[in-house]
Amino acid sequence: MSATQHSTPAPDAPVVEAVSPLSEAFRMFRRNRPAMAGTVVFLILLAIVIYGALYGGDPFEIVWAPQTPPGEDGFVFGTDYLGRNLLTGLLTGGAPTMVVGASAAALSIVIGITIGAFAGYFGGWVDTLLMRVTEFFQVLPALLFAMVLVTLFSPSLLTSSFAIGIVMWPQTARLTRAEFLKIRELEYVTAARAIGARDRRIMWRVILPNALPPLIVSATLTVGVAILFEAGLSFLGLGDPNTMSWGMMIGANREYILDAWWPVTFPGIAIFLTVFSVSLIGDGLNDAFNPKMRER
Amino acid sequence: MQTLGYILRRLIYGVILMFFVVVLNFILIRLAPGDPAEVIAGDMGGITKELLAEIRAQYGLDQPMTTQLWIYLHQIATGNLGVSYYFDQPVSKLIGSRVGATILLVLAAQVLSILLGVVMGVFSARKPNGPVSAIVSVISTVGYALPVFWTGIMLIILFASWIPVFPVEGMVSARHAATGWLSYGWDVARHLFLPAFTLAIIFLAQYARLSRASMIDVLGADYVRTARAKGVPEMRVIFKHALRNAILPILTVAGLQFGNLISGALLVETVFNWPGMGTLAFDSILRRDYPTVLGILIIGSAMVVVANIVTDLGYRLADPRIRTTGGRR
Repeated sequence: MSATQHSTPAPDAPVVEAVSPLSEAFRMFRRNRPAMAGTVVFLILLAIVIYGALYGGDPFEIVWAPQTPPGEDGFVFGTDYLGRNLLTGLLTGGAPTMVVGASAAALSIVIGITIGAFAGYFGGWVDTLLMRVTEFFQVLPALLFAMVLVTLFSPSLLTSSFAIGIVMWPQTARLTRAEFLKIRELEYVTAARAIGARDRRIMWRVILPNALPPLIVSATLTVGVAILFEAGLSFLGLGDPNTMSWGMMIGANREYILDAWWPVTFPGIAIFLTVFSVSLIGDGLNDAFNPKMRER
Repeated sequence: MQTLGYILRRLIYGVILMFFVVVLNFILIRLAPGDPAEVIAGDMGGITKELLAEIRAQYGLDQPMTTQLWIYLHQIATGNLGVSYYFDQPVSKLIGSRVGATILLVLAAQVLSILLGVVMGVFSARKPNGPVSAIVSVISTVGYALPVFWTGIMLIILFASWIPVFPVEGMVSARHAATGWLSYGWDVARHLFLPAFTLAIIFLAQYARLSRASMIDVLGADYVRTARAKGVPEMRVIFKHALRNAILPILTVAGLQFGNLISGALLVETVFNWPGMGTLAFDSILRRDYPTVLGILIIGSAMVVVANIVTDLGYRLADPRIRTTGGRR
């Protein structure tokens, strides 16, 4: 892509350096203020979550009178309906959310890219079959299907990640397929085939790298959706019962919302900030990869 | 005639999809750890060998797998979704009494989010770099990132204690039960508002973004300039000339959203105690009431299949150009 001619510029002329599309995109991303804000917020949250997972303490331990309002008796965020310290919960509750969100997203991206790539590259009956399977998975209401899977195989971090990953891949598959359909007709793919490259090499080494920009954007958004899924499952009491998570905190305290607003409010803000920062990053990547879209 | 054939093909395809949903359900029951017979017996209290054998015979659990699958398919095809372990009622009856409430909630949320989303999108498309546009894009990003169950709870806190104009729980208030259908409808509508609005917030974002993008495209078209040049009032240009073309992509996406709407409704229903399939799913999942849970999965999938067919037909009605291509995309 970087077809820079190596003609020496005149000595006085400003030096024009060749920029790769990737570094250009990175530059655009850094100039995008919402995207940078999202990145900073996300990194801060990540640091807090890592700190919490290491030194947060036991979120299930009852430490004080139930429903102590925030700021009283030295409890910054107050205590919940059992008298557990909400600060501890907030610190430790992010880890399962982020771990499950990330691994579920990773699983769904791997499945989605594989299926989409095969469907788009080979076409014909392979495409028809794989797209029928994709449609089948889109017919199942995602959260309901995930709930059923988690219930059948008893809730844990592993089953949650698995269930969420299984229900989320169809969109990635469709996107990958569309990209592969488009790119496989391009000249450099024909060229690769002409020099005798095998299908496997063309798919993963020639087409996939060129399909990456939209896939990276969609992967980022997938992480956000996966986090919301995890929060929803834990809220319903279908998360890992031995791990405190933000969604679980909301679910556990929901019966008492009219007595105490804080035990549900703060974990919700934490979930919101995480997803919000991730989607700002996704939007920023989208703008960076598609400069044409910026006028919109 | 062509449309009739098309509907028929779509229906057959829908039935095939549902067949696989049922097969998947069957596989899921068999994959579940533990003996289903013991689960049932455990609920009845006291497990004896005779009781287990009786239950196995009653549910066909002593037959070979293929026979069991055949029995299961036959049952489902005749509308028999099994008997709930916990509620001790036919699952079809349980779901039948709940499905209306869910459909009402889902449709209300869909209409609300499309209306609000399109209005937001249209107004921000008029000046893509103006302040309205910025506000709309902030609202839509925020709405997308809010956990729907949490939004619901926040609205309950707000409306229960500070601004008590909407009821925050259930579908009808007890005192309205006996009065006429008009006041009943009004009562349901008031109960419906908060859950539907909560659910609409997530989807609002997508419709706003989509209608903004397609309105910007359409507003740049020649025929819009012509309409403006001949002095058609601006509101008429936007809502009559431009929106009609800009709405098509929104219809497509709206059709694809039904599965997600049902997922969202599950959470919203449990928050607002809305008596639909979501609360039923939640109750039965907590009690490991597999027949009910799987019945809900089947009916939920059927709702998505039907919604997709209806959307396709609506799309063909809205855009005459599609009819000639025979529905192939």
